[in-house]
Parts: sequence; structure tokens; C-alpha cells
Amino acid sequence: MTRVRELLLRATNPTATVFVLLVFVFAAVFVKNPGFFEGPSLMAFLKQAAPLVILAAGQYFVIVSGNFDLSVGALVGAQVVIAARLIDGEESRTFPVMAVMVLFGIAVGLVNGLITTALKVQSFITTLGMLLVLYGAIRLWTGGAPTGSLSESFRVLGRMGIENVPVLGQIPWALVVMVAVGAGSVLLMRTRFGRVLMAAGDNDRAAALSGARVDTARTLAFVLSGVSATIAGVLIGGFAGVSAQVGDGLEFTVITAVVLGGVVLGGGRGSVLAAMAGALVIEALFTLFNQFALPATLRPAVQGAIIIAAVAYAARRRTRPVPTATATPPTATASPTPS
Amino acid sequence: MTSLHKPRLQKPRLGTTALIYLALAGVLVVGGTAVALDGGNLFATATIVDMLTRTSLTGFLAIGMTLVILCRSLDLSVGYTAALSSLVAATTMDGQVANIPLAIAAVLLVSGLVGAANGAVTAYLGVNPFITTLGTGLIIKGYLDTQYKGPAGDVPAVFQQFGYTRLGPVPVSTVVMLAVAAAAIWFLRSSRTGHHMYAVGGDLDVARMSGIRTGRTLMTAHILCGMTAGAAGLLLAARFGTGSAEAYTNLYELDAIAAVVLGGTLLLGGKGGVAGTVAGVAILAVLDTVFNVLQIDPFAKDVLRGVVIITAVAIYARRQLDRHARRPRFAEGKAS
Repeated sequence: MTRVRELLLRATNPTATVFVLLVFVFAAVFVKNPGFFEGPSLMAFLKQAAPLVILAAGQYFVIVSGNFDLSVGALVGAQVVIAARLIDGEESRTFPVMAVMVLFGIAVGLVNGLITTALKVQSFITTLGMLLVLYGAIRLWTGGAPTGSLSESFRVLGRMGIENVPVLGQIPWALVVMVAVGAGSVLLMRTRFGRVLMAAGDNDRAAALSGARVDTARTLAFVLSGVSATIAGVLIGGFAGVSAQVGDGLEFTVITAVVLGGVVLGGGRGSVLAAMAGALVIEALFTLFNQFALPATLRPAVQGAIIIAAVAYAARRRTRPVPTATATPPTATASPTPS
Repeated sequence: MTSLHKPRLQKPRLGTTALIYLALAGVLVVGGTAVALDGGNLFATATIVDMLTRTSLTGFLAIGMTLVILCRSLDLSVGYTAALSSLVAATTMDGQVANIPLAIAAVLLVSGLVGAANGAVTAYLGVNPFITTLGTGLIIKGYLDTQYKGPAGDVPAVFQQFGYTRLGPVPVSTVVMLAVAAAAIWFLRSSRTGHHMYAVGGDLDVARMSGIRTGRTLMTAHILCGMTAGAAGLLLAARFGTGSAEAYTNLYELDAIAAVVLGGTLLLGGKGGVAGTVAGVAILAVLDTVFNVLQIDPFAKDVLRGVVIITAVAIYARRQLDRHARRPRFAEGKAS
């Protein structure tokens, strides 16, 4: 009996909610289209979902440390345009340009982080400003429309995969990158850095007083977000081609994904795996919308309703005291961090 | 606890607001000089009219936004609410002068209901306002995109005057906006709910323990914010002559938030005011006009705006750190 109860409790805690939601959405997709779970179409889905999942991991670091990064969408757009302009169809430039992109992503993250931590500007404003700067600068540099083209080897990561795998057909490189980023993020959250990040989001003064370098950790979180936007830019560029609009509005989708994963805006709570699962839920929802042939104009409305409902449900669980052996004091406003 | 609010709030507020009006004067001087060097005149009647016209729309949105941000909330749906309101106004009026009062009432009702929904979900379901208002924004966007393929409704010429008439160099819409701002300043300084808003934004738990109905306060702020977005929608309808669903693509909500923060209101709530917000709106309007007169590339405009916003907030943050933020924060730490 107790085991069942424990299992039920675990399934309804905010972090696990997203996995339950994922199962539901996948089940709905399966009912509508049983062919979806055959290797090739599942792989195609994951290939398409990979950039959002990777962005969610990057955004998770920033959010869990108590900040926002609204500049990722503009950064993804900027990276794609930079790649096209600098590579300009020449194979030999592929890897140097990729290195430049990574440096650019790190630089943008560093600027975001330093303005937020050293100059004490709220991250909402810092990254909103960065969004405007990147958006304007990229269009100024290219004169409105992106020029140049990507090389074939640049597009391999977004388009190709490991061929002739039994059952699955092709394992996309995007999926491999996604799994690597996911594993790296989970490991990172278990290191000292990860603990400091979580503590900084929960109570930055307590963290600072116990000797943690809160500002350094938060700045590094922005850098990680910049790097994740770079990786996502490489994948999206390879998959979808060159356009300055690819990133527009992506920041809101990513933050939604992270919050859907039970990560609390304001920091200190939530797991990176759940944040990435949140991104998968959103992509699965888009697939479901396709299969129900929902009019494109109605999709935002359904998406909005689902987000509010899911977060309200998670919030309801969070405000209730969790009956565990180590009883929480009744005055506490929130239950302990679910791990 | 509540009795502490008055003395603590008023001293720093005066200082910060004065600083922002100083910044506005600085922007005017620098902008005027730049335009003069370019051979123009920033203070010619035409440019002043342009400047003042720009303030009214963002002004309405920013006044309401100030109230929710003071309560440590946020409203990302105002752009969509304004677009919806412009459609409600134009379709209700339908070219008939007699329908104008009904249309205004309908707009305030609809936009107030959107605000009430935002407030209720945020206050009583415990959803983060960022998500709540992003969600309602998306829901309205879905409704608008599905229901309206293009402009709809017809605004009678009398009401279009609201968008175009001027008293001297000052557009009527700006006068109305300033009147709403004055009402909001009075509301925050002199009404009980206004004081409660500062308390709720300062520390929700302390406010609740002091006997404030925090949920109601948050609801009020969101409803008022929705209604100012409705006023912005009326202005949009008056300017375009029809209702336009496309209006939400201009991302007015981000402009409004930028103006509020430029005006010295803390995004973390509990500190700031509408007087500062009006200056913030004016700073953005002056910048836009200067960029226009100098014929700066529209994309460079975005870059400059971003830099100006970050710089301004960094300067405020430095000031607040030095003087005020430290003492209240320690007091708050002991209290919780």
C-alpha cells in the first residue's frame, strides 16, 4: 500500500507531471496515428525536436539560478545568418566559422551575465536589450535579407545521421547531439557548479554567505545558454536553411517548455531532465495539432490554454504540503526541492 | 509593518523620479544638439507633435503595466488585449455615432475581463504571471487569427477625432493619457488599495500577515492594467478607423515594460510609481523622434534602443544599490 502511495505521490510532483503529460500526449498521437512510433517517423520527430530540447537545457541553467534569457531566439537567428554570411558556400571555411560561432555565443552569454551580475540590471531587461541589439545588428549587417549560403558539411549535423541502423533506419546526428547535451547537463547539475547554481536561485544571499560564488555561477549559466543557442543554431540552420526569422519568438517557446517541466521561474527548483522533457511535450503537441489538422490560426489558443492548465496543476501540487517522513514546518510556503 | 511604508516610500521615490526627469532633460538636450548639428530643429512644432503623439499609446499601456509590476506581477498580454479591444470598439460602433458610448463600455468590460482572468489565474491558481499572461496572450492571438482575417468594423469620424485632434501642439489622446496618469498617481498615493499594491509587491507574505487581501489587490492591478490596454485599443481604433488584429505584431508589451523600467519602477515590485513611468514613456518617444529626424536606419534604431535601455537601468541599479536597497533588504531578511 505505502509503495503505491509513494508511487502516486512521485507521479504527481511537479517534476514528474511533465513525464505523465508526455505519456498522455504520446498516447494521443499513437491513437490518432499508430505509425508514428515506427522507427523512421519517430526519428524524424526527434530530429525536429532536438533544437528546442537543447535550448531548453541552456535556458534551464539560467532560470534555475533565478534569471531569464530572452535573447536566445535572436541569438539563434544571428548565428544562422553569421554562418551563411561567413561560410558563403565554401567547404573549407566550415570549421573555422563554427569556432567563430561558438565564440560569439560565449561572448553574448558573457555580456548578458556580466551586465546582470556586475551591473545589477534585472536579467529580463538585460536580455530584452540584447534581443533588440542582436535583432537590429544582424539586419543592419546584412542589409535586411541574409546573404551567402551554408556549406554541405555544415548542414550534415542538422540533416544527416547514422545510416542503415536496424529497425530505426537512420539515427540523426541531431539526436546524438541532443542526448550528449542532455547527459552533459545532468552531470553538470551534479557537480559543485550545479549545486551552487541551484542554491543561488533558491536564496542567493544564503548561498553567498555560505561562500558560494553566486555571480560567477550565474554568469556561467548565461554562457551555457549562449552555447546552447549556438548548437541549436547549427542544427536549425542545417535542417531548415538560412533565414533571419528562424529564431523569432523562440525564447517564449523555450521558457514555456522549461516551465512546463516543473522548473520554477525565480529559480531554485526543478530538474534539467524535466525541462528537456517539457520541450519534447511542446514538440509532441505540435505534432498532435498537425494530426488533428487543427487550423494553424487556432494553435496558439490551444497552446496557451494547455500551458496555463499544466502550470496551474503543477502549482497546486507545489503549494500543498507533501506528507513525507521529514515533515516540513507549517509556515514554509513551499515544499522542499524535488530532486 | 504597514505604518512603515509611508515614510520609507516617499523619500526615495522623490529622489528617483527627479533623477528620471533629469535623464529625460538630458536626452532632450543631447537629442536636440544632435538634430541641430544635423541642421534640423528638434523643437519645431511638427517634431514636438510627433513626439507627443508617440507617447499616448505606449503611455496607456505603461500606466497599467506599472500597477501590475508594482505588485511584482507582469502582463505580457497587453498588446493582444489592445488589438482585441480595437476590434471590439470598431465592430460595436459599426459607423454609428450613437453606438460610441456602448462601444467604450464594451471595450472596458472585455479588457477588464481579460485582466480579471489574468489576475485570478495568477493570484488564486498560483501560476507565475509570466506564464499566465503569455498564455492568455496566445489564447487571444488564436481567437483573433481565427476570427478576423483582416481589418473589421468601422469607426465613425467623430471618434476618429480622438486619434487626430490637437489642442495647440498637444494631441487629445496625450491629454487623456496624462489625465489617466494623474488618476493613477492619485490612486497609488492616496487610496488604500494603492498602498496595498506597494505592500504586496514588497513582500507578499508580510502583506498577507498584515491583514491585506493580497489576492484582491493583485486582481485589481490586473483588471486596471487590462482596462488601460482597452484604452490603448480604443486609440488604435480611432487612429486606424477600423479594428485591426494585426496590431499585436508590434510587441507593444515589451515597449510598455521597457518604459516602466526606464521610469524607475523595480521589476521585483514594491518600488516606483506612475510619475516615473510617464518620464520613461517620454524618453522612448524622444529617442524615436530623434532617430526619425536623423533618418537613422531602422535596424540601428533597435540596437541603440537596446543599449539605451540597458545603460539607463544599470545607472538606476547602481544608485539604488548605494543608497536605498540595502537597508530595507536587511530588514526584510530579518522579518521573514
